[in-house]
Amino acid sequence: MLHKKSNVPFSGTKEQEQALLEVIHELKDEKGALMPILQKAQDIYGYLPAEVQKIISDETGIPMEKIYGVATFYSQFSLSPKGQYRISVCLGTACYVKGSGDIYDKLMEKLGISGGECTPDGKFSLDACRCVGACGLAPVMMVNDDVYGRLTVDDIDDILAKYE
Amino acid sequence: MENVTIKINGLTVSAPAGSTILEAAHLAGIKIPTLCYLKEINEIGACRMCVVEVKGARNLVAACMYPITEGMEVLTNTPKLINSRKRTLQLLLSNHDKKCLSCVRSGNCELQQLCTEYGVDDTDYYAGEANHYELDTSAAHMVRDNNKCILCRRCVAVCDKVQGIGVIGANNRGFDTAIGSAFEMGLGETSCVSCGQCIAVCPTGALYEKDYTDEIIKAIADPDKYVVVQTAPSVRAALGEEFGYPMGTDVEGKMAAALRRIGFDKVFDTDWGADLTIIEEANELVERIQNGGVLPMITSCSPGWIKYCEHYFPDMTEHLSTCKSPQQMFGAMLKTYFAEKEGIDPKKIVSVSVMPCTAKKFEIGRDDQNAAGVPDVDISITTRELARLIRRCGIEFTALPDEGFDDPMGESTGAGVIFGATGGVMEAALRTAVETLTGETLPSLDFKEVRGTQGIKEASYTIAGKEIKVAVASGLGNARTLLNRVKAGEADYHFIEIMGCPGGCVNGGGQPQVSGDVRNFTDVRGIRASVLYKNDAAKTIRKSHENPALKKLYAEYLGKPGSHKAHETLHTTFVKRTINQ
Repeated sequence: MLHKKSNVPFSGTKEQEQALLEVIHELKDEKGALMPILQKAQDIYGYLPAEVQKIISDETGIPMEKIYGVATFYSQFSLSPKGQYRISVCLGTACYVKGSGDIYDKLMEKLGISGGECTPDGKFSLDACRCVGACGLAPVMMVNDDVYGRLTVDDIDDILAKYE
Repeated sequence: MENVTIKINGLTVSAPAGSTILEAAHLAGIKIPTLCYLKEINEIGACRMCVVEVKGARNLVAACMYPITEGMEVLTNTPKLINSRKRTLQLLLSNHDKKCLSCVRSGNCELQQLCTEYGVDDTDYYAGEANHYELDTSAAHMVRDNNKCILCRRCVAVCDKVQGIGVIGANNRGFDTAIGSAFEMGLGETSCVSCGQCIAVCPTGALYEKDYTDEIIKAIADPDKYVVVQTAPSVRAALGEEFGYPMGTDVEGKMAAALRRIGFDKVFDTDWGADLTIIEEANELVERIQNGGVLPMITSCSPGWIKYCEHYFPDMTEHLSTCKSPQQMFGAMLKTYFAEKEGIDPKKIVSVSVMPCTAKKFEIGRDDQNAAGVPDVDISITTRELARLIRRCGIEFTALPDEGFDDPMGESTGAGVIFGATGGVMEAALRTAVETLTGETLPSLDFKEVRGTQGIKEASYTIAGKEIKVAVASGLGNARTLLNRVKAGEADYHFIEIMGCPGGCVNGGGQPQVSGDVRNFTDVRGIRASVLYKNDAAKTIRKSHENPALKKLYAEYLGKPGSHKAHETLHTTFVKRTINQ
């Protein structure tokens, strides 16, 4: 069975599957079709869970491992969905020296997920990013479009509480 | 083809146009070290061991990939190159588990060999962060230890390109890159067929079979156990390589002597089981042809092929001969016929097989492989494990006399011995099937059309006024090509032989590893197969159905081929599996 499945249950719709099948049938005989298929699949589903990679493998005959290898090689692909609230912690140079690594670690601990993952209820997802252009406020994190600066680890609980 | 003349280390070398620098250098007797390169399988120029200087080129070039051009001047062993290679090795070692003393590949590891050749005197030169991986022990036949993996991708290439399976590949990126399966599944959870070709091409100790040598030593030491060994045809064609004999040396006699000295109660031969398989399989083929059964019938001796068929062609399992493999037929008769005859409780028998194969370790645990109510075979070891066992038991292999196998299950014919080469099962089956169908004695026993190491072979014979079309494939990529043609209705064979490994069992995943630099320029399959064909030619009895020990077996125990008793003990069932589950 697929271990490293996303901790968020798959909730793909029939319409999404139909859209994916159309994309696959349009592209599958072209050379180098896997990248564009994966990009469009991610557009359709928002991420590339095992269920979606399986459809691609079954339809194209490309081994599942090859698909997974490509999906884990490029940072543009995600194996987990994005949450209702997308948290990005800046790990750029200025934020990092001001301790954003600790903020990131604290968020992982609080949310019980690793970077790149989403909480099982679909509420929060966590990613690291590089420079949001607010180095003067370092260390910085964003929750959707809200920017929080001059953070300490003690601020985290209050910020998360706003979105509960 | 036109030749191109170049200079390598000042020496004028002429090589066919289109050759790489590596190939041209080989022709001139100049060795350029390689690590990731496997001819026609893994040509990615990634490891940078084969770098050379080319006059006029800005950087060092990879000799394994770089084509020669007229007048090219190449240097292969300058201080700059030696230093570059040494640095590459040091960098590999910076993220490598260097416990060489306890490593199964110590002594024949390609990385270790190169480090010795290039004088890598400081293994911690680039000490720093290193990866730590858990072992993957989920498969029945093997272990993956990524702590010893150098990411050369030879295993990935052979699994994908040669076998057409592709259950392993490089996951993640940069420092986090690791070879594994989709969604980090264990190999045992994937549609891996256990062929072991990945182990055969691994340059280091990252991939190895699950070792059962100690279990055998313990069983032999147990006075309550009756420990019997059988050895597959291909083992005698390659075991010698482990003890310094040139490739292509037949060590059947020394092998039997070694097994006797290790302490097995009986030293028998899988060739006996192979002859039995042929009698049952030829009978099944004749019945299918005469009674309108499912055709083409496909051989079922190769457990890697069987598992592949179950995963990738589940709609074709009815085409598989219901015969057990020679290993399993042997085991079944050992614990029923032989046990009864000798008055031994089958539960006390430890049935050991030595195979050129890793999939046999999976096969012994399959359902419906226990004729006496206990497993037909208890322990299956590879040729490599046998070599380890011989060394561990302190047996001086080269000093042994040649001895024979024990009776009655050591008696075999030439047909049984060629089972190890692609086309061998087909030829053996034809020798028996033709005589059964025509009722006449064959004038010549050599079916040369189905010999040779090509991936796919076809032939057609007129037998008793009927045209019989046959095909032979080895390597699972070739099997897929052939089966797709059958499915598409493009081919109407009566009988197909498929072996999971390219070239057949002689090149099996359990055979002694041949390092890349030898493999790239040697016809390993052809040389090893020649041992079997020579052995066949030298036998007085070369048809399975004329094996006196088997005539006795049928007279005393089984009745006739395809009898009820034969079906109960010698035939089996298959399952339909899926991929991507």
